[in-house]
Parts: sequence; C-alpha cells; structure tokens
Amino acid sequence: MHIVVAMRQLADLVEELEVNGDGTDIDRDFVKFVSNEWDEAALEEALTIKDESAASVTVVALDEPDVDQTLYAALAKGADRAVKLTGHDPSAWVRTRERAQRIASFLAHEEFDLVLTGVQAADDLDGQLAGILGSTLDIPHAAVVVGVELTGSSLRVAQELGGGLVGVSELELPAVLGVQAARQAPRYASITRIRQAMQTQKIEEQEVSLEVTTPQVTVRRLYPPEKQGGATMLTGSAKDVATEIVNILRSKGLV
Amino acid sequence: MLAIIETRKIFAGETEVAKIVFYVLALIVLVIFFVGVIRRLVVYNRGRRAPNFAWLRRRDPRDVPEVSERPTVPSSLVTIATNQTIIKTKHKVGVSHWLLFWGFIGLFLATSILSLDYDVLGNASRIITGHTYSFFQGPFYLAYNAVFDFAGLLALVGTVLLASRRWFSKEPQLDYTRAQKPESGYSRARIVIGDHVFVSGLLLILVTGLLIQGLRIDGEHFPSFEQWTWLGYLIGKGFAGLGVGAAAARAVHAWLWWVHVGLALAFVAYIPWSKAWHMLASPANLAVRDFSNVRRLPQPPADNAGYRSVDDLTPKELLGLDSCTKCGRCHVVCPARTGGAPLSPRDLILDLRQLADHKHGIPLLFDTETRPSPTGPMNEDGCLAGEVVVGETLWSCTTCMACVEICPVGIEHVPLIVQLRRTLVDQGAMDPTLQSALQNIATQGNSFGKSSRMRARWTKGLDFPIVDARTQHVEYLWFLGDFASFDERLMDISRTLATVLHANGISFGILFEEERNAGNDVRRVGEEGLFEMLVEQNMNAFAKASFDKIFTTDPHSFNTLRNEYPAFGLDRPVLHYSELLAKLLFTGKVAPGNLMRKVTYHDPCYLGRYNRIFEAPRAVISALGCDLVEMPRHGVNSFCCGAGGGRIWMDDSVLDERPSVNRIKEASTLDVDYFVVACPKDYAMFSDAVKTVGIEDKLKVVDIVELFAEATLSSALVDV
Amino acid sequence: MAIAVLVVGERVAGESPDVTFELLGRGRELADALSGELAVVVVNDLDEGAQFGIADVLYVVDGMDSASYSAPQWEAAIGAVIQRVSPQVVLVSTGTVGIDLAGALATKFNAPLASYVIDVTAQGDKLVVTSQLYGGKLLSEGEIDAFPAFVSVLPGSLPVEKGRAQGSPRVEHIDAGDQLRLSKGRGTELREPDTSGVDITSAALLVSVGRGIGSKENLELVAELAEAMKAPLSASRPVIDQGWLPKPHQVGKSGKKVKPTVYLAFGISGAPEHLEGMRSAETIIACNTDPSAPIFEVAHYGTTLDLFDLVPELTDIVGG
Ligand SMILES: Cc1cc2nc3c(=O)[nH]c(=O)nc-3n(C[C@H](O)[C@H](O)[C@H](O)COP(=O)(O)OP(=O)(O)OC[C@H]3O[C@@H](n4cnc5c(N)ncnc54)[C@H](O)[C@@H]3O)c2cc1C
Ligand SMILES: Cc1cc2nc3c(=O)[nH]c(=O)nc-3n(C[C@H](O)[C@H](O)[C@H](O)COP(=O)(O)OP(=O)(O)OC[C@H]3O[C@@H](n4cnc5c(N)ncnc54)[C@H](O)[C@@H]3O)c2cc1C
Ligand code: SF4
Ligand code: SF4
Repeated sequence: MHIVVAMRQLADLVEELEVNGDGTDIDRDFVKFVSNEWDEAALEEALTIKDESAASVTVVALDEPDVDQTLYAALAKGADRAVKLTGHDPSAWVRTRERAQRIASFLAHEEFDLVLTGVQAADDLDGQLAGILGSTLDIPHAAVVVGVELTGSSLRVAQELGGGLVGVSELELPAVLGVQAARQAPRYASITRIRQAMQTQKIEEQEVSLEVTTPQVTVRRLYPPEKQGGATMLTGSAKDVATEIVNILRSKGLV
Repeated sequence: MLAIIETRKIFAGETEVAKIVFYVLALIVLVIFFVGVIRRLVVYNRGRRAPNFAWLRRRDPRDVPEVSERPTVPSSLVTIATNQTIIKTKHKVGVSHWLLFWGFIGLFLATSILSLDYDVLGNASRIITGHTYSFFQGPFYLAYNAVFDFAGLLALVGTVLLASRRWFSKEPQLDYTRAQKPESGYSRARIVIGDHVFVSGLLLILVTGLLIQGLRIDGEHFPSFEQWTWLGYLIGKGFAGLGVGAAAARAVHAWLWWVHVGLALAFVAYIPWSKAWHMLASPANLAVRDFSNVRRLPQPPADNAGYRSVDDLTPKELLGLDSCTKCGRCHVVCPARTGGAPLSPRDLILDLRQLADHKHGIPLLFDTETRPSPTGPMNEDGCLAGEVVVGETLWSCTTCMACVEICPVGIEHVPLIVQLRRTLVDQGAMDPTLQSALQNIATQGNSFGKSSRMRARWTKGLDFPIVDARTQHVEYLWFLGDFASFDERLMDISRTLATVLHANGISFGILFEEERNAGNDVRRVGEEGLFEMLVEQNMNAFAKASFDKIFTTDPHSFNTLRNEYPAFGLDRPVLHYSELLAKLLFTGKVAPGNLMRKVTYHDPCYLGRYNRIFEAPRAVISALGCDLVEMPRHGVNSFCCGAGGGRIWMDDSVLDERPSVNRIKEASTLDVDYFVVACPKDYAMFSDAVKTVGIEDKLKVVDIVELFAEATLSSALVDV
Repeated sequence: MAIAVLVVGERVAGESPDVTFELLGRGRELADALSGELAVVVVNDLDEGAQFGIADVLYVVDGMDSASYSAPQWEAAIGAVIQRVSPQVVLVSTGTVGIDLAGALATKFNAPLASYVIDVTAQGDKLVVTSQLYGGKLLSEGEIDAFPAFVSVLPGSLPVEKGRAQGSPRVEHIDAGDQLRLSKGRGTELREPDTSGVDITSAALLVSVGRGIGSKENLELVAELAEAMKAPLSASRPVIDQGWLPKPHQVGKSGKKVKPTVYLAFGISGAPEHLEGMRSAETIIACNTDPSAPIFEVAHYGTTLDLFDLVPELTDIVGG
C-alpha cells in the first residue's frame, strides 16, 4: 500500500494579511507561510494507516515558502519520503487547477493506491484539490472525509454531510480523499526530531515543466471586508431585547 | 594488696570456642557488608556519565554568585553533622534524628576503640613483645564508659522517639498510599515491614547493649569504679533491685551477650542491602547535591531525547534514588499531590529506585512494592517515561521545586522529571492543549498563538513612546514574556510598570516583535529543541539591541535568562522588576509611601525558591507603607500557584482542588485585604482563584507595581 | 428557451437544505439576466416538502440508491444532466456535496469554477463573483467570462426566502443508469447524528452560562431556554468547577474551542481563557449586567439587562 499525501503551504492566518500593489493577491513578501491545517489531518490519517498496516507514505508538495519545514516535519513524524515539485514560480499564487495538474504529472510515474489531501485551503478560489485531482487523474474521490477504512484493496470512507449526518461509501482504488479530520489530532513532532530529519533525510526535488491553461476566475481585486465595531448594544425592555435577539437568530435560520 | 585496675575483661563470659565463633561471624559480616557496599558503588559508577561529570563539583563559572549554593566539602560536612536539612522543617523529628545520629556515631566509635585496643594493639603487642598491652584501663576506661554511656542514652532517646513516631503517628508523610493508583492495585506492605525491621532492630541492639552492661556490672558485684559507667551501673542496680543476683546476672549475660552481638552483626551485614543503606548514601548524596541543576537543567542524554531506561541515569541520580528515606516530606509539600494529581515525588523516586535496583541486581530488602501484574516499577522492560512512571504523573509536575527544597537528603527530583518528560515529548505523548501551545510557540514565538507583531500592542494608550532597544541604547532591556505582553488583564499592569519607570527617568526599551517566549517552561515541559530554537532567536534579537542589563516581568523568563542563557552567550546581568522597584525606593529616587494596607505576599517559585529573591519585594511592600502579614507557607516554603513547568498550558480538570485555590484559602485565613503578586502568571491564576473561592470582594489580587504606582505617582493611575 | 442556470439540489436525506433555496433565489436572477431558464436537479425521489416553484424545470435523476451517498455516483448523475442540458451556470454550495461535485465536474467540462462565493451577479456577458478567502480575512472580487461556469456558494451567504416561492416547474426524468454503472464507487449507509453525547463543538447555536447564574437551581432557567432553542448548553469554567454542568460542556482554554454560528453568553465576564474558546464564533450575543465586562469587546450584540429578566422572555418567544 502506497499512500501519497499532497501538502501545501498557506499564508498564516494569524498574521495581518496585506494586499499587494495591484490589489489582486496578498503581499507574499510580508507573510509567514505555514502548512495547511487540513493537510496536517491528511498526513495524520496516512500515518495512522501506516501504523496499523504496512503502508508507505510519500509526502508531496509544490515548492512554496518554508515548504521544507513542512516536509521535514512530515518526515520527522514518520513519512517515508518527501518530494518537492519545482518548475513554477515558488513565490507566486498557484491556483488549485494548476496545483492539481502538477501533482498529477508527478503521480503519472508513481505507483500509488491512495492520495490524501486536506479538504480545503483558505485560498482555494478555484475549488478544492481532491475533486480536481481525482478528475484530472480520472480516479474516484471524496471530500470532507472524516473516516478512512482500508481493508485489503477495498476502501470505505465516511463523509460528513452536514447536520451531523455521515455518509459511508466504498471507492475503488486508487482514489483521492479530501480529509476533514483524522482519527486523532495531528501528532507532535518535536523540534529535535525535525532537526534530526534535516540532518539524516533528504527531500527529493522533481521538476515539473508544464504549461497550464485552464479557464479560471480573474481576480479583479482583493480587499478586507468592512470592519464591524464592538458590540451593538441592544436596549429597551427585556421583552424588546428578547425580540431583537430572536430576530437575529431567525435571520440565521437557527430558531 | 592487689591493686585494683579499673577495666573489664573482654569476652569475659565466653569460651575460646565462642571467641572463635564470634570472629568467624564478624569476618563473614564484614565480607557481606563490603561486598554490598562495593556492588552498589560499582553500579553507581557505571551510570551514564554526563558531560563534565565530577563526583564533587567545583565552582562553575556560570554560577550566579548571589544565588549559588553549590556545596563545598566543608559546607556539606556541616550540613551532615548538624542534620540541618532534617531539622529545618521538622524540629522534633530532626532533633530525634540528631540524637540517634550522634548517639550511634558515639557507639560506633566506642566499638572501634575497643577493637583497636583488643584486636589491634593487644594482638600486635603480643606477637611483637610477647606481652599483651592494653590502654583500655584506668582513667581512660572510666572516661570511655562515662562518655559512651552518654552516647548510648542519646541514641536510645532518639531511637525511641523515632520508633514511636513510626508506630503511632498518623502524619500524612508516613502514609504510603500512592498518589497515582495503578488499576491493578498494589501493596507496599513490604516497605512497611522494612521500616519496622530497621527501627526495631536499632532499638533492640541498643536495649540489649545497655542490658548486658548492667548485667555485667551486677555479675561483677558492682565494683565502685564502675559508677563511672553510670548508665550500666544504674541498670545493674535495677536488676539487683529485681532480685537478680550476681550468678543469675552472669548466666543471663552469657546468652544476652550473644543476642546483642548477633543483632549488631546482622545489622551491619544488613546495611548495604536495605533501607539502612541511607545511613551511608544520604550523607554522600548531600555532599554532591547541587540546586543549580534545577535552575539550569542538565542536557538530555547524548543518544536519546530523554530518559528511557535505567542506563540513562547518572551516578549521582542512582545514588540519589538510593538515598531516599521515604520521609514523605516532598509528598506532603507537593502542590500536584495536594491538589489530587497522580504525582508524588516520593513515589516517583521509589518507583525509579525499585526498578533501577532490581535491574542492576542490587534490590534493597523489604523495599519493593508488589503488584498483581508487572506494571509500574515492576515493569522491568518498560520505558521509564510513560510506562514505569505514567505520563499523567510526569505531566502533573509544576516544577515548583518544593520537593527539592525540602528533601532532607538532597534529591533533585525536577531534573529527573524533565528528563522523563523529554521522552514523552519525543513520543508526542502530551495533552492536546499543551501541543497547541508548543506549536504556537514554534510558529509565532508565543503561547497565545498571536502574531508576533501584536507583542507590543500593550504599549498603545501610553502617553509616551516606548524605546525600541534595537535602535537606541538603553540601560535596561525589558523582557516582558508572553503573559505580560498578550493577556488582556495583564497589559494594564505592563502599562503601569512602564509609567512608573518612565516617571522615574529609568532608561529602558523593549524588543517589540522580536522578543520570543524565553523558553523556561518550554524547556521544563521537555521540548529541548524548541527551547534551543527560542534561545537562538532571543540571542539574535539581543545582538541587535544595545543595552546594559535586562529586567523581566516574568520570574520564569527571569530564571532561564539568568541561569540558562549564559551558557548560550548572554553576558549581561538579569534582574526582576521587583528588584528594580526596590532599587528606586532605596536609592532615594522615590520617596516611601504610606498606603497603610494590610497585605500578604506570594513568593513566586521561580523568583523565591529558584533564585532566592525574597527580600526585594518584601522591602518594596514595607517601604510603600503596607503592613505585610506572612502566610504560613512563605519564603522557601511558598506554595506553588500551579502554573509552572508548562502546567498553565495543560488541562487541570483532573485536580480536586487547584493549587491556586488552596493558596487563596490559606491567605483568606489572614486578616488582610490584598494579595500581592510579582508574577504575571500568578496574577492570572490568583485573580481566577479568588473568584472560585468566592472572596473577590474581600481579598484583592494586586501586582506589586500597582501598589507602587498608587503610592508614588501623584495622580493615582490605577485604582487598586 | 435554453437552460441558463442549473441549481444542484443537494438533499441526501430529510429535507432539502436551505442553501438549495438560496441558490434558487439567486439562480432566478441570474437566469433572467442571462435570458434563459432556471433548472434544478434533484436525485432520485422528489422532496415532497419542497416544490421548487421558482424554477422553470425540475430534473429528477432516477436510479440512484437513496439510502446512501456516494461521491462518484453523484458526480456521474449530475455530470449526465449537465451533459444533457448544457447550462451556462451551475450553482452548488461549498458544502460536502458541492465540494465533491464542483471541482471534479468543472475539470471534466474544462470550465471555470469559483468557490467560497458569497455573492454572484451577472454583468453583461460576465459573472461577477465575490469570494471569502483566507478565513474571511479578505474578499476577492472576480469575473468569469467563459461558460459553462461553476459557482460554489458558501451556505448562509444569500437570502433564502425568495427561493421558496410557489410555482409548478416542468418535471423531467433523466435516467443516468449507464453512467452510474460505470462509476467507481457506491454508497453503503447513512449514519444519523449521534445525539446521545453532548458535542458543543458542532452545534450551530450555543446557549452558554457563566458564574452570573449564581446557583445550580438557577441553571434550570437557562436549561429551559436551551431546550426551547434546541441548542446545547455550554458554560464557563466556574460553572463546571461547581459541578453544575459536566466537563464536556466547558468552553475555553482548558475546555473546548467552539465556533457556532451564534454564541449566546449569559453572565460570562469574558476572561481571556474563556474568549480563547469562543471568539471565532460567527456572532456573539452577550448578556451581562456589568457594562464594562470584557465580553462586550468581542461580542457583536450586547445587553446589560439582568439575565434573570431576559432569559424568561426569550424562552417565552421561542417556546411559545
Ligand atoms: C463541507 C464542510 C463542512 C464544514 N462544516 C463545518 C462545521 O460544521 N463547523 C465548522 O466550524 N467548520 C466547518 N467547516 C470548516 C469551515 O469551512 C471553516 O473553514 C471553519 O469554520 C473555519 O472558520 P473560522 O474562520 O471560524 O476559523 P479559522 O479559519 O480557524 O479562523 C479563525 C478566525 O478567528 C480569528 N482569530 C483567531 N485567533 C484570534 C484571536 N486570538 N483573536 C481574535 N481573532 C482571532 C482569525 O482572524 C480567523 O478569522 C466545514 C468545511 C467544509 C468544507
Ligand atoms: C489556566 C487557566 C485556565 C482557564 N481555563 C478556562 C476555560 O477553559 N474556560 C473558562 O471559561 N474559564 C477558564 N479559566 C477561568 C477564567 O480565568 C475565568 O475565571 C472564568 O472564565 C470566569 O467565568 P465567568 O465569566 O463565568 O465568571 P465571572 O468572571 O465571575 O463573571 C460573571 C459575570 O456575570 C455577570 N453577572 C452577574 N450576575 C448577572 C446577572 N444576573 N445577569 C447578567 N450578568 C450577570 C457579572 O457582571 C460578571 O461579569 C481559566 C483560568 C486559568 C487561570
Ligand atoms: S516540583 Fe513541585 S510539583 Fe513537581 S514534584 Fe516537586 S513538589 Fe511536586
Ligand atoms: S525524596 Fe527526599 S523528601 Fe521525598 S521521601 Fe525521599 S527523602 Fe523524603
């Protein structure tokens, strides 16, 4: 069983994000990049499968700021192999369709049974990776996966369908899954382990040369939403305030 | 007339055969004793050698002079001779132990002198000159008896006191119930038997010794010079009074002598194989103990992230484990144990000792806990961290150092606990909240997970700018720490401190977004790699700044900057802000205040016990005109708030009572209105605890600088 | 008339989700602007409760197992419909079904896709879409000028009422049997949500209480409100510490982190440890008698009424 985990870097949302000069992308020179949290869940699920059975885990990511950190951390946590794909501008925004094609061209000469990736990333304007990658490779896929069960060559997945409803289905292998949550919280790789991985393990680099032309949304402008101030104070009698609160709840479809 | 020679015959009532039997026995006993001692020493010596290992350490250039109490050989001898570590917190027990200690040393000396005279001098002179010489006569004999009878009395009184405590006292420290209860159950009956064997054995040896002395004098018809042997004489008279005549006394003496000798010899053989080993191990451990190992944690072992097996234990740690007398003092003061956490430092030491000694083939008799299944200390193939000592136990420690402070035999629990935690961190076996705090620190440099650019947000609202120490020289670099920078409640206090310093013309600056968590608690959690990364980042930031000294708000940061950073190249003095406030008052820069408040003060562990700063905050409080009422546990005995060692990042719902609540209850028994703290984490912990106890109207938690500002700044800035 | 807009009805079980009506409401406007028809596709059986009156055409895909969900099956079925009706715009939600479909089908039809959309309008021969990116920190305004176009809308972004308008669309049945047989997956079961244990982290509405409640007896009052609102009760740590509610109800640093749509806080001061657990709630409504309580700094709506006055009124309105 060979599991490939597709991971990626994303601007750290804790930081203040600023928009670049022409207003169509974030200013990438001044943000910190961290790994996408859902990809971490995908990695965790892959490693849990590896712990249970004799799977091997390959982590693949496009060259993006601080991606080495993420790949070494994955190796420190127990991934067998880490691959960095180059051949694009590492400092630019890679749209999801292009990302999928680059990963697909890496997978074209890999034997694999399962691809796991995060259900989404916060800049997925062009859609989420799992479905696009599945379609590009013409293999089945499922998103918002909260459970993966591999027995022999059969794959059962549980997907969260909203309102707590869970759909269980079977997919033929190979398949691509967009993971929402692993069975357990992502494990911790101590800094010492990561540093050890840096000294003892290598990140493979593979160049992918590809001209990508897909129809896509043209971003006109990127801008922060209008700020809402502090609390709007509701005043009046208890009855008035209660009515107002219930109206707010109603507008959200909650009561 | 025959001159009376004041002496007594050695082996008076015994036959030649008996004499031979005695010597053979004594020889066997000595062999057993020395084999035992040597085996233990060999095992210790095979322990893992940490870098710079030395049995008796000399001064270390990294020591901060005013804190260091690194023992020297003479100071250790004084500590041992005075029993001061035993007496310091428990006077009665300590004094009893002192009596026993010196009493037995006296008796040991007496036996040695006798042996010197009879076995060495006697035999040597007979062989060389044909005559048997002896100095065991005349005035020497009289003085010998008078003095050593006194030693016997001391030993007897001490032993009776200690034995009756063992038998009758219900003190919690003598209760061997474990703090962490294994599912399988456990029994410590053997350990209890061991205690009784030890103390009863001592008592029997003493009592039989005194009785045979009395019987001998009775049997010799009370020679008048034997009145010098005052205790034996009295006992003999007692026998006579009971109607035991000389002949009967001689008969009883003959077999009671064997009982005494048999017990004494057996006890000597027993020493290196049992609890009695502490008689030798404890003083040795006191001679090598070193508090600076707690302030400045040791490195992990070279080939592992942390301790996994007994092979990782150093010689000193092995000796330390064997030194534990199960006095239970650490068990009682431990805030984790008090709060109901599954950690008792005593149990930790006993578990490790049981395992280590068994694995090394030198188990102590009557010292093992038994369990129906091989778990905990019986799990000989288990990993020390997580299996032998379970994770919850290790994670419960606040690293408050109370155990190390109180341990009469100088065991250093905290470095051991951290070494074990390092293994847990390596395995990723930790609380999810702790994991996210560490991840935040690794990515953002603070435990709050906020952007480092927000670190100086607290400065907003000040009516003067705070100097950027990276662009302008300052006298003091202020290292705030995460809580004082990011916690909403504490930002006010940071602003107050800034205002006070500014008003008094102190030249100070900060590092703005470049300050990182100092790493004190990261290191104590066991995440050594992250600690090193933080040190690197902070040292880089220091290198960009221009300053003469550092002061910190947080006592935790203070500890690591002051004691651990020098090894990474920090060469500037580090102060705590309470010291700076004290300086302002005592250099006359600021006039004393007249607040007339009744307050109590909580010593933060990392300021007080760790770094011995007790006076500065107290001096400030008094100079501000406050009436300081001490809590029963203060100074070195201060009780932890429960936040240290990374506990503030972990879930504390397992506790029956949070240490902070326990502490506030203690303060609530005093007639005071203010609970003064000098640590941001304390402020967070205790302002929560007063609410939990429900006395937030009666007892107000204030930071020392709030009092300072109120007393010394003309316009009351803060309403305290 | 050609089909301009196809809305994917994402009902797997139970009622059709609100988002389908959000899409229908906006779909109508887009179809009108593009001078075409509005169609909606549902899978298998009709949702009896929903008439989809606003649509012109209702496609029903027959032959799918209605007792389970399978991404490849849905992809095959909806793909077959798109193939057949060639809409200009396909509207889905950024929910599980929408995520499964949008990326895969857009790739298959080599069509542009906009995700996380909170607003979409037609301007001339272009679509203008506003998407919420970076966790809502930034909005992206973009245009699409190639068709067919896929638009994936964040649930809750558009008004829902309009989509529920009455009417009677033409109903057409489509048999996707061939495609379904080829698909490389099948659904096996649907698991209903487990309602036994409390899970405050997944609730859309939380009724949360703090020490302001005063006693365990008073808690009854708020429990009634929670029941009327069908929302779980959560609490600050002191309430848990007192044993008034069990530990799984605790919100905060040492409890759970929650992100409900609305967080109702009664008698909670807003200590940093508590805020850590709930500040990313979409809307926070706080009731606290102390106007300077820090909770008001993070709340969106606040009132300084006494909770003992307010709560019964709320229960009245919601329950009665
Ligand atoms: C099909 C599907 C179903 C989903 N269902 C759910 C669901 O049921 N429930 C759910 O929660 N999510 C669900 N998600 C995930 C959802 O899309 C969002 O990604 C998620 O809710 C994150 O939203 P967030 O912005 O609140 O949190 P985050 O993306 O984690 O962002 C946190 C926010 O809080 C702010 N913030 C962080 N720290 C602080 C601070 N200290 N002070 C002030 N502000 C701070 C940040 O600026 C940011 O806006 C689902 C996703 C999919 C694809
Ligand atoms: C390490 C640590 C971890 C912690 N973890 C958590 C955690 O996970 N979760 C958590 O919640 N706390 C946590 N705390 C505790 C936290 O610091 C606060 O003590 C706690 O959140 C306060 O709870 P509260 O707001 O309910 O109570 P209070 O602060 O006492 O607030 C009660 C509020 O109710 C208002 N009020 C009173 N009567 C009424 C009325 N009739 N109507 C309306 N309002 C009224 C009052 O004005 C007041 O503001 C932690 C603390 C520490 C130190
Ligand atoms: S350091 Fe404190 S908490 Fe830890 S074991 Fe010792 S006394 Fe207990
Ligand atoms: S470790 Fe020290 S304080 Fe604790 S029981 Fe042993 S001897 Fe006593």
